Amino acid sequence: MTTFDKVVKILVDYNDCDASEITMGTKFADLGLDSLDTVELVMNFEEEFGITIEMNEGLQTVGDVVKLIDSTQG
Amino acid sequence: MSFTIIGTGSKVPALVKTNEQLADLVETSDEWITTRTGIKQRHICTTESLADILYDAAASALDDAGTRADELDLIVCATIRGDYISPSLACVVQERLRASCPAFDINAACTGFIYALDVAEGYFARKKARKALVLAAEAMSKTVDWNDRATCVLFGDGAGAAVLAEGDDLLSIKLTAVGNTGPLFIPHVGGNCPFVAVQSARPYLSMQGQDVYKFAVSSMCRDIQDVIKEAGIAKTDIAYVLPHQANIRIIDAAQKRLKIPQYKYISNIEKYGNTSAASIPLLLDEANRDGRFKCGDILVLSAFGGGFTTGACVIRWNR
Repeated sequence: MTTFDKVVKILVDYNDCDASEITMGTKFADLGLDSLDTVELVMNFEEEFGITIEMNEGLQTVGDVVKLIDSTQG
Repeated sequence: MSFTIIGTGSKVPALVKTNEQLADLVETSDEWITTRTGIKQRHICTTESLADILYDAAASALDDAGTRADELDLIVCATIRGDYISPSLACVVQERLRASCPAFDINAACTGFIYALDVAEGYFARKKARKALVLAAEAMSKTVDWNDRATCVLFGDGAGAAVLAEGDDLLSIKLTAVGNTGPLFIPHVGGNCPFVAVQSARPYLSMQGQDVYKFAVSSMCRDIQDVIKEAGIAKTDIAYVLPHQANIRIIDAAQKRLKIPQYKYISNIEKYGNTSAASIPLLLDEANRDGRFKCGDILVLSAFGGGFTTGACVIRWNR
């Protein structure tokens, strides 16, 4: 599984959304997620990938998260 | 020897402001506040001082406990801001109660009530107290910026009290602190010293909501697991969890992660908002008075707040 696939799976588990509609450009706000949902997702990403993510990274899109995770795991 | 809870009391000021009413003051809506916090209304001090509502809460707890004020050996009050810098809120209430024991305040922000329980336990352990009054009271309305829609809608005013007697019903307790002044702080009011060379900060609460949310969910999960382990009990032994009432989303997120059934979580945030240190004793008193607790029930209290501080404990209800 690529980082993107894992991130999509976490999103679908959290929000019950349609995986086929999620792209790198999808914004969390487009999925009906607010700022507090974003924090919970970040906590789920941290657990899945074993990393620490600061809340001031300005994460807006799925692509932002994938790039951040890949940069820490490079 | 630790303690047992023999009485509870609480009091909120008379004025209620609903979300709709706050929408007249700042740009917000009932829908925004409700979905992000679970809060529907809050009580706000107008003519009441903090000592006024706290005295009523304390008197009601003493009455519930069948205890006279002159039997008290300790009054400890959790607050971030009493009516005076000095005397302490505990001393102001001690005078009104006509008690004669030592009385002092502690500040651990929203975790204050659990910190105060730990302080009281020390008095029982050292056999310096047979009866103690643990108080918590906050007038958050005096600390928030009423022009800031992100924070003024979150908080409310209130007071709670518990009377403790000698016993063995505190099964475990844990406190933590991770000092910082970034994500959540309230600057002091400035004085008028002519020699001060820095501009005083605006004396209003400032909060980075996402950082606090993340800290709150993770620390609540960790602390609850730690105290139930230390108490030697299983999650299935818990009758009720009384979490600090900061945001229903924090409570729900922690609940899902901890896998303790939702019906065990007691909440009243919709009526009071975040009353800081007063939130857990308000919850405790409400549940006590509606007859929810049975003798032998295992209660888990958990809080987090400015500092950052956190605390949790396991208490057996024994009355």
